[in-house]
Amino acid sequence: MDMNAYLSMFIDESNDHLQALNENLLKLESEPGELSIVQDIFRSAHTLKGMSATMGFEDLAALTHEMENVLDLVRNSKLKMDSFIFDTLFKGLDALEAMVQDIVGGGTGKADVSAIVASLQIITKSDYKSGAAAPAQPAASAEAAKPEAGMTGAMLLDEFQSSVLMQSIGSGQNVYLIQVAVRDNCVLKAVRAYMVFDLLERSGEIVKSDPSVQDIEQEKFDNSFSVFMISPIEGADLQKQISDISEIESAVVTLLDQESLAMLIQAPAAPSMDSVNQAEESSAAPVIEAQSQAAATSAAPTPQAGAATAPAPAVSRTIRVDIERLDTLMNLFSELLIDRVRLEQLSSEIKRNDLTETVEHMARVSSDLQNIVLKLRMVPVDSVFNRFPRMIRDLAKSLDKKIDLVISGAETELDRTVIDEIGDPLVHLLRNSVDHGIETVEERIAAGKSETGIIHLRAYHSGNHVFIEVEEDGRGIHKEKVLKTAVKNGVVTEEEAKKLTNDEINMLIFAAGFSTADKISDISGRGVGLDVVRSKITSLGGNVTVDSAPGRGTKFSVQLPLTLSIISAMLVKLGSEKYAIPLSSIVETGILRKDQVLHVHGNRMIEFRNTIIPVVSLSKVLDSPDYNEDTEDETEIVVVRKGEKWAAVMVDEFIGQSEIVLKTLGKYLTNIEAISGATILGDGYVALIIDPNALIK
Amino acid sequence: MGEEVKVIVFALGNEEYGIEVDKVRTIERLSPITRVPKTAAFIKGVINLRGVVVPIIDLRGRFNLTETQPTENSRIIVVAVGEIEVGFIVDSANDVIDIDTDSIDLPPEIVGGIKAKYLRGIAKLGEGRLLIMLNLSEVLNKNEIVQLAQIEA
Repeated sequence: MDMNAYLSMFIDESNDHLQALNENLLKLESEPGELSIVQDIFRSAHTLKGMSATMGFEDLAALTHEMENVLDLVRNSKLKMDSFIFDTLFKGLDALEAMVQDIVGGGTGKADVSAIVASLQIITKSDYKSGAAAPAQPAASAEAAKPEAGMTGAMLLDEFQSSVLMQSIGSGQNVYLIQVAVRDNCVLKAVRAYMVFDLLERSGEIVKSDPSVQDIEQEKFDNSFSVFMISPIEGADLQKQISDISEIESAVVTLLDQESLAMLIQAPAAPSMDSVNQAEESSAAPVIEAQSQAAATSAAPTPQAGAATAPAPAVSRTIRVDIERLDTLMNLFSELLIDRVRLEQLSSEIKRNDLTETVEHMARVSSDLQNIVLKLRMVPVDSVFNRFPRMIRDLAKSLDKKIDLVISGAETELDRTVIDEIGDPLVHLLRNSVDHGIETVEERIAAGKSETGIIHLRAYHSGNHVFIEVEEDGRGIHKEKVLKTAVKNGVVTEEEAKKLTNDEINMLIFAAGFSTADKISDISGRGVGLDVVRSKITSLGGNVTVDSAPGRGTKFSVQLPLTLSIISAMLVKLGSEKYAIPLSSIVETGILRKDQVLHVHGNRMIEFRNTIIPVVSLSKVLDSPDYNEDTEDETEIVVVRKGEKWAAVMVDEFIGQSEIVLKTLGKYLTNIEAISGATILGDGYVALIIDPNALIK
Repeated sequence: MGEEVKVIVFALGNEEYGIEVDKVRTIERLSPITRVPKTAAFIKGVINLRGVVVPIIDLRGRFNLTETQPTENSRIIVVAVGEIEVGFIVDSANDVIDIDTDSIDLPPEIVGGIKAKYLRGIAKLGEGRLLIMLNLSEVLNKNEIVQLAQIEA
């Protein structure tokens, strides 16, 4: 089998399973008695183990196997979950994740997991603390019993098969249970197995084989298989004939009577055999089962574990599509959009009714198409949010705080390009909330609050934006402290500090080189956090604000555009050149008479909506060759904003509003001042997109 | 005998230059160029090449030769080196020839005012015809552009 073909599938599914494991473990931690969650966890671990074994990632499989052993004990109520076990399992998960990441990066997925494996083994051997020793004992013996009883226990005969066998025994025929083991180093297991089957078919009638004949032919079995058959030949002869086939390790032929057969059939239901079954399930069967699963490319619930309690998850009708194909689709669509604008121009020039109608129809269709294409690239923010519960848990533990993370709106969708970028800033914000926001348990009690702090992580749509909020009920922003630090670190002068409003003081925490933490901790407080968050979010075309009430908590609100590939923009002219200004940062447009311009400290300012804002000459910033607003008495202005700051940008002429497709300038032209990209206009010309953030100092 | 390579031949002034054919994406007539502010003088701007925005470099300017007004024969040769895609404005581009890699000699220090590091070598084509092979990765070296910009500033 060519493993590379399955590698991406393996990675995708491993990540899914790891995520499921993480989520379910967290769920289990909050309600440790819920055994159905253990079933879910077990099933994910189980499939993961099978998949990694199939793909030849031994360390991955080995570690999962040990975790599974622990889970198995828990599932069978042989072991009570406690914080040591949780921590060890989480550590195991982290190691698994690291290994999968290594595989993603082209590595071999090898890692030294011996420490974790050792602690997992200690848990299973139940000697890590005496209290757990007693309940875990039977499980250990069940494990020991596995090699002998294991084979037969897994053989589940259906009613028809057992009645056939019963009747055969009744009519005096020989019914055999044959267990064949192929040698470990055997290269063509399927061929050897086929030879066995060929022999058996010639000597009698095969009633049932485990795994199924198809699976065996496709080499989907470990090293051994069992067969129920009816044959007139003596058992010893049969055994000799099978053993004569080369590369067969052993063949055990057992003659069954009605009693022993009945016992085999009842075995699964019998309580005495239960633990044996479970042990068997966790060791031999999963590999086979998971192999067939990986081959069938579906993550269907595993039969044994799934049937017991958990209902099958609802099947969502989706397909996985390569991101590159979506990008190509997007590119092609942008071409179409350019042609559409061109057609609209032509039809308005030609003024023929039927042409205009057709073009209008096409415009409608293409805007529907645009919606769908953009939606295709939308991913629920859950794919970012889902790693946070675990992160908050670990952080809270390490800081000895009690924190609940409440997530809402995880289904809110955002463009993949935004999703890819938003993770780190949110991690920063959440870490900040845990570290600086939420108080310690003692402080909370002293302040008359509940012991457990609550962090709300919300996402919701509003207009063309998605808002993500991080809100906690902690101590709030300490204004005096912020001001003091800001002055000390030279972010603002003392005079400036006196004039600041509350909101402006809060925004100071986003300034570069600012940190109010008294001592530097691992989690945050290096003074590089929040200003990085802000610059990242601004670079995504978004905005972050903070709202805080002392003693009652702080709310960070992140505003993000739905997509980064098509934006609304205002097209403006500077002499012969055309530029686009993103509509999202435009506050207003207007006309400025020369006598309205004030001169403050050599800077040109205007009064706008009761505040004084600076005037920026776009033609000077861009070295415009053939436009200079100084020659005009009245100038069109575009008022743009960057956060709370506004500026009036002087332009020559407005062309109008338009949906534009963002294009990069390529790898050769990077970091050009005041230019964030380019777009292609309806007439085929390239227009540069102004970065308004660069215009406001 | 060395290997045969196909080379696009173009002219700057009186000299003939060559770029390996596999580095060349396309050759276009001049189309309107959108100026990009705050860039080196030899970067003329960007064009729309069938939906892709491509930066345009005046090769004369890049080699510190005097820039001339484009003519009817002027062409844009779009080359791709690694992830960088750039168009060169040249006086004319009118030939594709096969040359033997053995016939490429190391360049002297300066050829027609162009520093040797921009050149891969000089190919003798017979009849006294010489073809200057460009070293594209050096021509597109951005570090130098940054330095240039700093000097200009």
